[in-house]
Amino acid sequence: MELQEARRTLVVPGEAFAEGEYKILTPSYVIRLDKRYVATVVGLAQVNDEAKEISIIPLEGCYIPQPEDVVVGYVVDVGLTSWELDIRAPFTATLYAVDFLGRPVNPAKEDLNNYLTIGDTILAKVEVFDRNRGPIVTTKGKGLGKVVRGTVIEISPVKVARVIGRKGSMHQILEGETGCEVIVARNGRILANCPNRELEDILIMAIIKIDREAHIPGLTDRVKEFIIREKVKRGLIGGETKTD
Amino acid sequence: MEKPKLIKENGLRHDGRRPNELRPIRMSVGILNKASGSALVEYGETKVLAAVHGPREIPQRHLLLPDRAVIRCRYHMLSFSTHERKSPVPTRREIELSKVIREALEPVVISETFPRTAIDVFIEIINADGGTRTAAVTAASLALADAGIPMKDLVVGVAVGKVDGVLVLDIDEEEDMFGEADMPVAIAPSLGIVTLLQLNGVLTREEFSEALRLALAGANLIYEKAREALRDRYMKVRVEE
Amino acid sequence: MSHTPSLGIITPKLKASTIVSMLKKGIRSSGRGLMDYRQVEIASGYVRNADGSALVRLGNTVVVAGVKLEIGSPYPDTPNEGALVVNAEFMPTASPTFEPGPPDENAIELARIIDRSLRELKVIDMSKLAIIPGKRVWVVYIDIYVLDHDGNLVDASSIATLGALMNTSLPRVEVDETGNIKVDRSTRLSPLPINNKVVTVTVAKADNVLFVDPDLDEESVAETKLIIAVSDDRRIAGLQKSGIGGLTESEIMQAIDIALKTGSSIIETVTSKIASS
Repeated sequence: MELQEARRTLVVPGEAFAEGEYKILTPSYVIRLDKRYVATVVGLAQVNDEAKEISIIPLEGCYIPQPEDVVVGYVVDVGLTSWELDIRAPFTATLYAVDFLGRPVNPAKEDLNNYLTIGDTILAKVEVFDRNRGPIVTTKGKGLGKVVRGTVIEISPVKVARVIGRKGSMHQILEGETGCEVIVARNGRILANCPNRELEDILIMAIIKIDREAHIPGLTDRVKEFIIREKVKRGLIGGETKTD
Repeated sequence: MEKPKLIKENGLRHDGRRPNELRPIRMSVGILNKASGSALVEYGETKVLAAVHGPREIPQRHLLLPDRAVIRCRYHMLSFSTHERKSPVPTRREIELSKVIREALEPVVISETFPRTAIDVFIEIINADGGTRTAAVTAASLALADAGIPMKDLVVGVAVGKVDGVLVLDIDEEEDMFGEADMPVAIAPSLGIVTLLQLNGVLTREEFSEALRLALAGANLIYEKAREALRDRYMKVRVEE
Repeated sequence: MSHTPSLGIITPKLKASTIVSMLKKGIRSSGRGLMDYRQVEIASGYVRNADGSALVRLGNTVVVAGVKLEIGSPYPDTPNEGALVVNAEFMPTASPTFEPGPPDENAIELARIIDRSLRELKVIDMSKLAIIPGKRVWVVYIDIYVLDHDGNLVDASSIATLGALMNTSLPRVEVDETGNIKVDRSTRLSPLPINNKVVTVTVAKADNVLFVDPDLDEESVAETKLIIAVSDDRRIAGLQKSGIGGLTESEIMQAIDIALKTGSSIIETVTSKIASS
């Protein structure tokens, strides 16, 4: 399905998977030793011989923030003028009160605990991150802010792309087949609001399946069949629907 | 205790191995839930667990480096892992081994990816039967790979010894205790470098050269197993029907 | 827990690149060649109250090692032999980066490298150190203090240790019928029995160039070091790769050859200097 034109192999650190002249699309995950291209992580190496491009989709790893990423964070500390959020990155992220409240705060008169407190869930967007300072996030934007209902499902951050799918195909299946509203944050936290508990269970199981089987081809079709089968099993839809 | 005969008349070792033969080696990756990466490695009865946490921020901010991640490493023996109970207080040996193991891993970890963070490597010797530090290096590098931390190569280790005048691969406790020399070696095979080398014992130049060859050959076999163990973690995941 | 060391004293990049480019041309800022060891000065018997001592200057690195002999119990597995304890401390006098306190991992590593070289080669004839066999023996305490740090602390310490051991003599002891032992340090019976001599030789690697006996500036640019213990009969009596970085097989063999050659000449130098002092 995805990238049919590329050769794909499972690689481990130290493994040479291509030789010659290629453009490296994922510089963190590939190093060049003489003419050989060597993987630095466990992942799926993609070699595109026509475009002369290589890349690796890692199968493990933490979340590395990028500006514009939408993330789900948990408040872990409340400061005088900002909150610290755990966004599953090597660094905690800062959310400034002036950003969240849309006005300046006077720390002498106001306690930020009145607005957000430890354990709160926030949907935010990464504004700045340069690896030397911790990331700064913003809640300015449509749908961003404190999350008050729904459930959060965690998957490996490197598999987020699979939950979204090519051009959003997997995301469409998840929402379409379960009726849940699904927000896939880049840091591997998936926010879901489902019509009922049964559909929420099915969604969670489907996401766990994606996380586990992310490296096996044919994922999108398998997940769709899986959801339909589960719905039939639970009597949510009739058994006449094609399952195989 | 009387020194036992370590090389029998037929040229085999006390446990029946040939001089250049490894013990049965088992490795499993990703066995812990909460760690970023983990591995359990067994060389015969030597059993080593490694866990990696991070990259992460740490309370000891003065340790952090502006241009790269700090690697922190602790080699630790469980108190019942040895014949005589080991006191839980860190020994000088454990402190030294924590250092040499860290220095064996540093050349492969691309720590520049995560400035101002720490990558913590915790090594627990569950059962010690010789070669614990080299099994520890193998376990630690698998755990780092499992944590998704970019590395130029895996590092794997094996100890060579001299017992009853014969150079032997992958020595166990008895061969270490009664042998003439113990030489732990760790290598990054794709980079072609030795990243851990110690010698406890006396060897001539020729013996050393042969011992190093023996270690490199053994480590290359272990390297293949380590790669397999990492791949197995994914190959064994089958489509659920 | 062992951690990646902090930068300590930062070597300016300009200086570091000068050192490396000189090394690549086979020269060093001190005027030495790549295989030249610094001048070794040794003051044998420097500490009067020790049973043996030596102060060693290796270039600007200064180390004092002292031996104290104490009566103790033998190890259970060697009831008729003396015992050996080696300890090292990096003194705050030696560098602004050294903090007072218990030995850190570097000091522990140094002590253990020297301990292993002495033990494996059986440098001290422990079988001659029993006082009441099976019960009371001489325990040889070797304490090494680094006083000034200009690189290559292990070799300087190893030379000081050898010097201190060669300077050590056994005090007269009297054992009465009840087994009480009286030590008379004013009367020296015989030198500490020594079987072999050993020193370490440190070979450093920077940008694929190998060189011997690095000073502090050179250590700051070195990727790694191989510390090789060499016996007077030109055998390898211990090894330790120390520092971040790795070595190829051929680099290791080159380093071994450098060390075997250098080590025996250092042992000769130390022996003749002590004999003439």
